[in-house]
Amino acid sequence: MSTASLNAKFIEIEGVAQTFKTKKGNFPALRDIHLTVAKGEFVALIGHSGCGKSTLLNLIAGLTMPTQGHLLCANREIAGPGPERAVVFQNHSLLPWLTCFENVYLGVERVFGAASKSTGAASENKAQLMARTDAALALVGLSAAAQKRPGEISGGMKQRVGIARALAMEPKVLLMDEPFGALDALTRAKLQDELLDIVARTQSTVVMVTHDVDEAVLLSDKIVMLTNGPAATIGEVLQVALPRPRRRVALAESADYQRYRKAVIDFLYTRQAHVEKTA
Amino acid sequence: MVSAVFHPPTPAASPEAARAHLAAAVPSVPSVTTPSVDGPSGYDWNGLLMSVLPPLLGLLLLVLIWSLVSMATAGSIPTPLETAQQAISIFSDPFYRKGPNDQGVGWNVLASLQRVALGFGLAALVGIPAGFVIGRFEFMSRMFNPLISLMRPVSPLAWLPIGLLVFKGAHPAAIWTIFICSIWPMIINTAVGVQRVPQDYMNVARVLNLSEWKIVTRILFPSVLPYMLTGVRLAVGTAWLVIVAAEMLTGGVGIGFWVWDEWNNLNVKNIIIAIFVIGIVGLLLEFALIKIASAFTYEEVKS
Repeated sequence: MSTASLNAKFIEIEGVAQTFKTKKGNFPALRDIHLTVAKGEFVALIGHSGCGKSTLLNLIAGLTMPTQGHLLCANREIAGPGPERAVVFQNHSLLPWLTCFENVYLGVERVFGAASKSTGAASENKAQLMARTDAALALVGLSAAAQKRPGEISGGMKQRVGIARALAMEPKVLLMDEPFGALDALTRAKLQDELLDIVARTQSTVVMVTHDVDEAVLLSDKIVMLTNGPAATIGEVLQVALPRPRRRVALAESADYQRYRKAVIDFLYTRQAHVEKTA
Repeated sequence: MVSAVFHPPTPAASPEAARAHLAAAVPSVPSVTTPSVDGPSGYDWNGLLMSVLPPLLGLLLLVLIWSLVSMATAGSIPTPLETAQQAISIFSDPFYRKGPNDQGVGWNVLASLQRVALGFGLAALVGIPAGFVIGRFEFMSRMFNPLISLMRPVSPLAWLPIGLLVFKGAHPAAIWTIFICSIWPMIINTAVGVQRVPQDYMNVARVLNLSEWKIVTRILFPSVLPYMLTGVRLAVGTAWLVIVAAEMLTGGVGIGFWVWDEWNNLNVKNIIIAIFVIGIVGLLLEFALIKIASAFTYEEVKS
């Protein structure tokens, strides 16, 4: 396969279905998912709660295995979780007994501290590992809080440490599960702007689960809209051709932005309007 | 989540905590609301009163009831004053030795503490790893749960004859009893702690691809520690309850034996003193373990 086509199909999801075994019998969460993500592309997964957005993200992360179909990343089957597909968890999932620095260092040490067989890279010494950790914390603007424990910093800062931990491992793909869902609107906007900057600088491939229409339009190149569960599937894929760098204030007046926004809202609230009846 | 198992300080210890809290919180109030009235030298008498007066009244109530009981029993229960005088003479020489059955109260307390430490230490050595195994593997948990459920409600003293038979001595039998009574809370709490390690942390471990060693040292052990320490605290509390009863049966040196010995001498003053000593030592053990536990308890991750 040529480099160009590999780049266009960096993540390939082919005919994936996911069924959970519950006490009440099988629960089909996802069916018939086909999706490709190009290298450097920012993809948002959006849908009503319970539609299986997070399930799809967990499949890409390798945390769960599909009942049917295949997932490929860089042309290799996704067989399990790994640092090349770093996850930013919804509730940040920092270890509360480690400082912010130690939380980030834990991942850095694992990825760069041991000699890599796949890339042939030699193991880095402690000073290099610490420099990487410092750089990651500086990237999210948290150098000052490096020696604090998660319990001592705000929710927005915790989420930034979670992003730093993921980015510090230099992942091929950054997977984000409603990363800003638990934050207040102002903090969320600030972190979205920071994420735009970071992604522009690092050229990361990102798959992000969100339930926020503005967030999806502002950040993504492609918005994947899921139908309501159970047995959810991709209802529509919207290419967002807004030029980058994107600025929140300027976009608010842009007719294109409003058009994209309307398209997503239309899908969510008109065509997939029914609210789930079972919790 | 920890609070479900990690009990707040028990009623015995909570007045201390509450008092410390009051003393810490109250003085700051006047300095904020009326900074100019008292001036910088103004002392918060109200706060001091609230932290000292109620406990003092509680003690006074105890002494009052005690005196009434003493009067009602026509002196067969000694008065608080007589007991206090006796206590002064006992504590003026706590470490004397006049033969195997007549030793100072200090030796008796130390002998009991030593038994508790040995029995409890052995129980921790067995119980904590067992708890990890039972918590980690569902098969093990299903295998041992019925056994634990069956054994746990049994009074540890029921095991004393077995200990005497197997170990052929009063001292090891008492330690055996302590071992049996302190092992259950440690197994159960450790196992619950392992089962409640948040799935998020395990997902982090999988995404970061951490080694088994790192998973145990960085994730499993720190998240289980608060549960484990709760088990330790419950175990020590039970052990201190049980040692008194065990020593009454086995004899030798020890605070429990001392109580029984003084009963045989019909020296009620010493029995009452022993009750206070047992209470204070138990309180100190509990307090120390709460301090240790709170140093290792971290804020839980909230979504």
